[in-house]
Amino acid sequence: MGRHLTQTILIKHNYISMTILAFDWGLVIEKLILIAVVVFGSLGIALYTTFGERKVAAILQDRPGPNRAGPFGLLQPLADGLKLIMKEEIIPTAANKWLFILGPGLAMTASLMTCAVIPWGSDIELFGRKMALQIADINIGVLYVFAVVSMGVYGIMIGGWASNNKFSLMSSLRAASQAISYELAMGLALIALLMTSESLSLKTIVEQQVKGNWWNIVYQPLGFLLFFIAALAECNRTPFDLPEAENELNFGYHQEYSSMKLGFYLFAEYVNMIMSSAIMASMYFGGYDLPFFDESTVAPNIAAMIGVGTLLIKIVLFIFVFMWIRWTIPRFRYDQLMNLGWKTMIPLALFNLLITGALILANL
Amino acid sequence: MQPLTNKAQAVSRQPMTFWERLYLINIIKGMMITFSHMFKKQPTTRYPEEKRPFSPVFRGLHVLNRDEEGRERCTACGLCAVACPAEAITMEAAERLEGEENLYREEKYAAKYEINMLRCIFCGLCEEACPKDAIYLSETFAPANYTRKGFIYGKSDLLIPNPTTEATDLALARGVEA
Repeated sequence: MGRHLTQTILIKHNYISMTILAFDWGLVIEKLILIAVVVFGSLGIALYTTFGERKVAAILQDRPGPNRAGPFGLLQPLADGLKLIMKEEIIPTAANKWLFILGPGLAMTASLMTCAVIPWGSDIELFGRKMALQIADINIGVLYVFAVVSMGVYGIMIGGWASNNKFSLMSSLRAASQAISYELAMGLALIALLMTSESLSLKTIVEQQVKGNWWNIVYQPLGFLLFFIAALAECNRTPFDLPEAENELNFGYHQEYSSMKLGFYLFAEYVNMIMSSAIMASMYFGGYDLPFFDESTVAPNIAAMIGVGTLLIKIVLFIFVFMWIRWTIPRFRYDQLMNLGWKTMIPLALFNLLITGALILANL
Repeated sequence: MQPLTNKAQAVSRQPMTFWERLYLINIIKGMMITFSHMFKKQPTTRYPEEKRPFSPVFRGLHVLNRDEEGRERCTACGLCAVACPAEAITMEAAERLEGEENLYREEKYAAKYEINMLRCIFCGLCEEACPKDAIYLSETFAPANYTRKGFIYGKSDLLIPNPTTEATDLALARGVEA
């Protein structure tokens, strides 16, 4: 009896250790490192995007901008972050406490989750392993991005509703209806792209552009324009920043928030901006593809590093355009926003779809 | 009605053309305008490093003058305090003792002389009232302070450096103020 039990335990133990050994731990560690690098990298870039925003705004308005903290004001974002952390945490008594805390967390999580499917570069070889610079190459990457981006609205909705403040609620309603309206046009613009690329995986889409001669922007100029405008609306950026309309809604859905919860909302906006820039760069501008440069002439690791640098430069350029637009164009009125979304963008996207379909049929 | 300036322009009431209704071209035009501002000269004066010169008639913080031998000129006559519309100046007079001739120019001097810079309106009437050329308004302004008390300037804050014993300090102060 006793021997039998020991044997069972031994077998069980053996089984577990076999499973543990059979598991590819290198892959887990590799992905964990990649996740850490990407998440903290995006947070760092987001931190400095806030600084970039203020600097770009200042330069476009003939001002010097923040230049006191550190050389050229480079420590300003750290000072801002420290200030936000040190502020008193206020939860209004009338607010729904758990949802109030959940809101900013959800907004932040949703915006960071997008980075899982973005291919940051071609494969690299380290310690004899081939590592993909992408957290997960799922075959429905584009759909995943859409699903996660739509979840970001929950963060805003929950935060606005839980604040128990009519301005916050109004603004979260605006954000939700705006996001739903523009997601349609965004999706329709993307379907045309997916028709030409015949794949939903971001990695495949980028690889096609690396191998092919032209970037997708050449095949889909109208589609890109629609996607870009919809991305502005999805990120709640001017001219579509109605949820934050200062003059009508005080501050929008984060009015009741203080300290780092407010920081999370503001941060999520900038992370969203980075992620949508990365997606636009990957889908329409060749991702990590450096134009007029043959990657096969250099070692794969160096090629991958050049690719990462290229993608980062493309992201920075897109972010600059986002800011440039913000400091040029005034905000839309709400009915104008809805008119543009439903009566202009969606028909145009459908038209684009039709043209693309016809061209594919004609085998052009 | 006669227009007052030549800046009035007739607004075109024509319906917008297709390209105008598209807005995109106008948006790009506007973005070009903001982009061109990136290369414009900034009118900002970066304050602590770079200071804009004051006008020669600027009335800033007061100084109490000394004569060439370094003696205080003020005789505590009180004319400045009387002239002051904000009642910012207080003083106490004292008699010069034997052996203090190198400190005070005349037989009477101000033992205490205080200006409340929070009350002062920097009108310069004290400067005009002074018969002894003892008080002048300089070209600096009161620096920030944490307490109200810090804005009550006594004799030690107001007196200029002694030209015989602290000549370098005086030159420095002149250089900063000029």
